Amino acid sequence: MSVVTNTTTIGAIEAPSRRNTELMLLAFAVIIPVFAYINVGLALDGKLPAGVLGYGVGLGLLAGVAHLAVRKFAKYADPLLLPLAALLNGLGLVMIWRLDQSPRLIQRAEKLFGGFSPDAPKQLLYSAIGIGLFVGVLMLLKDHRILQRYTYISMAAALVLLILPVFFPAVNGAKIWISLGPFTIQPGEFAKIIIAIFFSGYLMVKRDALALASRRFMGLYLPRGRDLGPILMVWAMSILILVFETDLGTSLLFFGLFVIMLYVATERTSWIVFGLLMSAVGAVGVASFEPHVQQRVDFWLNPFAEETWRQSEQIGQALMSFGSGGTLGTGLGQGDSDLIGFAANSDFILSTFGEEMGLAGMMAFLLLYGLIVERGVRTALAARDPFGKLLAIGLSGAFAIQVFVVAGGVMGLIPLTGMTMPFVAYGGSSVIANWALIGILIRISDTARRPAPAPAPSPDAEMTQVVRP
Amino acid sequence: MNKPLRRIAIFCGLLVLALLVRTNWLQYVQADDLNTNSKNRRVLIERYAAERGNIIVDGKPITGSVETNDTDFKFKRTYVNGPMWAPVTGYASQAFDANQIEKLEDGILTGNSDQLFFDRTMAMFTGDKKKGGNVVTTLNGAAQKAAYEGLGSKKGAVAAIDPQTGKILALASTPSYDPTTFAGYGASDEKAWNALERDKNKPKLNRALREVYPPGSTFKVVTAAAALEHGVIDDIDAATDTPEPYILPNTTRPMVNHANGCKNASLMKALEVSCNSVFAKLGDEVGRDKMLETAQKFGFNDPEIDTPVRAAASVYDKNMDRPGNALSSIGQFNTATTPLQMAMVAAAIANDGKLMKPYMIDQLETPKLDVIKKTEPQEMSRPLSQKNAQLLQKMMENVVESPNGTGGKAKIDNVTVGGKTGTAQHGENNSKNPYAWFISYAKTADGSPVAVAVVVEDSEAKRDDITGGGLAGPIARDVMKAVLDSKK
Repeated sequence: MSVVTNTTTIGAIEAPSRRNTELMLLAFAVIIPVFAYINVGLALDGKLPAGVLGYGVGLGLLAGVAHLAVRKFAKYADPLLLPLAALLNGLGLVMIWRLDQSPRLIQRAEKLFGGFSPDAPKQLLYSAIGIGLFVGVLMLLKDHRILQRYTYISMAAALVLLILPVFFPAVNGAKIWISLGPFTIQPGEFAKIIIAIFFSGYLMVKRDALALASRRFMGLYLPRGRDLGPILMVWAMSILILVFETDLGTSLLFFGLFVIMLYVATERTSWIVFGLLMSAVGAVGVASFEPHVQQRVDFWLNPFAEETWRQSEQIGQALMSFGSGGTLGTGLGQGDSDLIGFAANSDFILSTFGEEMGLAGMMAFLLLYGLIVERGVRTALAARDPFGKLLAIGLSGAFAIQVFVVAGGVMGLIPLTGMTMPFVAYGGSSVIANWALIGILIRISDTARRPAPAPAPSPDAEMTQVVRP
Repeated sequence: MNKPLRRIAIFCGLLVLALLVRTNWLQYVQADDLNTNSKNRRVLIERYAAERGNIIVDGKPITGSVETNDTDFKFKRTYVNGPMWAPVTGYASQAFDANQIEKLEDGILTGNSDQLFFDRTMAMFTGDKKKGGNVVTTLNGAAQKAAYEGLGSKKGAVAAIDPQTGKILALASTPSYDPTTFAGYGASDEKAWNALERDKNKPKLNRALREVYPPGSTFKVVTAAAALEHGVIDDIDAATDTPEPYILPNTTRPMVNHANGCKNASLMKALEVSCNSVFAKLGDEVGRDKMLETAQKFGFNDPEIDTPVRAAASVYDKNMDRPGNALSSIGQFNTATTPLQMAMVAAAIANDGKLMKPYMIDQLETPKLDVIKKTEPQEMSRPLSQKNAQLLQKMMENVVESPNGTGGKAKIDNVTVGGKTGTAQHGENNSKNPYAWFISYAKTADGSPVAVAVVVEDSEAKRDDITGGGLAGPIARDVMKAVLDSKK
């Protein structure tokens, strides 16, 4: 075992870069989805799917490019993040392809839109763009601290991204989309990264003011008004998102993100109390006059109620998917999760995993997400600069909250909100943004794990020799 | 900043843990509830996902499956001679669920039953397509046809049993319905279903098993059995001490006879011409509790006569007063019975007092025709001794043979036939056309191969023409004849 030691006389011993570990894990992350792909093909048609070679090579190439980029630009990065993301992305592609084969969904699309086009090829393209962005982040962002410079620009950008969808028509009841010609973008996915950058920059500067310049009141530290301003603004923002865009998930995500980062920056528990109080006030306030939110809560409590079944059917169908999967699942390609219909391969894709891979598969699957979050938090712990710490915990916290909100919603643990399961759900914005997120985390972890540069030879060395009489 | 970071790590861990607990809860604890949820279409999809097994009569399927190009339901149920067999098969509809054998044996028919686990596993290795198993019934096609055609456009039901085994040979109910017409889930299926639901003749009702009628005079054989069993009568040819008119106990109401010569008539004579007074008095002498005991041995008041399709419970009131009991003894008042129950009565008598449990599923087969489960004949009870059963046989045969007997229409050449007619009044003040009943059995040298009960509910005939012997007797004869012919 090599131990990193720094003394003035012994040069730094390089920390193991773990790139080969990453390569091995990546090989698994490619092989497992390829097997899954073959499995689906055999289950559905009884023969090897025609595209298996292309799919395998494509996935392998993407993983290979990403790996080479890490090897070149982030030599000391965490070895687990990339394979985990690649595995999830690959499994997601298989599931989307599997749902593309569903006659039920094809017929539904033909009836509603007069035609059906498979989503898997598009998702493969989005994944390629996502990995492109990942490589771009590693190439262009030599040091994550550069992002500090853009604190207020980030805030402006995030605000614009969040407010823009208000001016576009609602899609399926939620205003979370911007449509630019043939493209639709879900800006919330990108906003989550940009807002984490803003918070990190802002809090790094203000953390002492927030933590110390406060009065004690009933056992809590109340901050000064001018420090509290931006926080109140974010709270108001998240409520506004909720009201105008009827996007429960995104508002929960931003608010949770901010509370986490405030707490980490100030190390004051009172912020959590404030955060919870404020979100409770906001949620109750909005729920009392916003029918969309009330409805969601209703559906959550009574998914099988006769009166609301027409609208709550999706949630009920998702629950029945999980039930149908049971302990071991029906096997890939052999479930009926496509009964969910609309959004089966995006918001509800987890149900297909639940049904076809069963409890065993779901546990493994959730643990994959847990591992990504864990590696993110570890990166935050290892980071040496407060900005990096805040950014890493912000991004991984956002990731964790998103996974919880989506999976919890689909599984009926909390009311359903319209967000996508990172990496597996169909949707360009989501895949691309999450690859960028992983890119930034890898950059921070590279900086954190990079051994300290060897100390410069001391010019005084000669002078301090022991002089013998 | 590391302390709050560690706490956040724990918080994130708790989020993931909550999800893990929830997925365990959903997929392990609640899985069964969710899978049996009435809104879960998977049950239906599974029911029609593979070619469904068949219900077999005389070695030939009376059901079938056609492939559809639907995404949910790959196969659709079809029925051979649907209306005739509907009381046996029930229906399996993509939109309206299933009932009777189609529902009770769904596991075998879809191939999902645990009993087929081995076959499924083998099919997995051999690459065979999944297919359902078969349900082989005890029914006799010729007897069913005779029963169904005998009922024709009349409203009524027929139940025929093999007295020696309890095998149900015919189970007809009219008016009937064709389960094929609503086997799918399209607009025409819905229309057919709604029309059936609205039809005031209730074609979906399985009258042979699920409808209870006042049995009328056919119940007199039960009263006779009770009188013999409990020693009230020893000699069936001895005159009884019956006045004419007989006044119901504790009332001033006379028991009206439609027959002549009932005064002090012997049991033999009383059954032959169907004397109300003799049997009402006999029932009173036996007493309610002993009447009840015998009736229950025949199967009355049993809510769980499962063939396996459950028959409605026939009723002999447990708490009625003396006049009520006397009236019940001639099949009126509260007494009500299913056609199956009366067939069981005839069968028990024909089988020398031994009542066999009625059943209609002979065996269950795998898709490869291996037998999974065979129903063995089972004794249900002994309502009367062999000696008394033979005495009753003598009386019932007399009903058919004697020139004055009411059951002459059931006579079959060269075969011993015993029977009893019944004309049950119903409606307020007996205003409606009475139900015509006939129960009978045929006997050969090897014992009795068939006992049958026929009820014709309502017919076009004028009221005065309705008698059990006239309307129901010929149907019973045809059914018995069909069974006898198929034995040759």
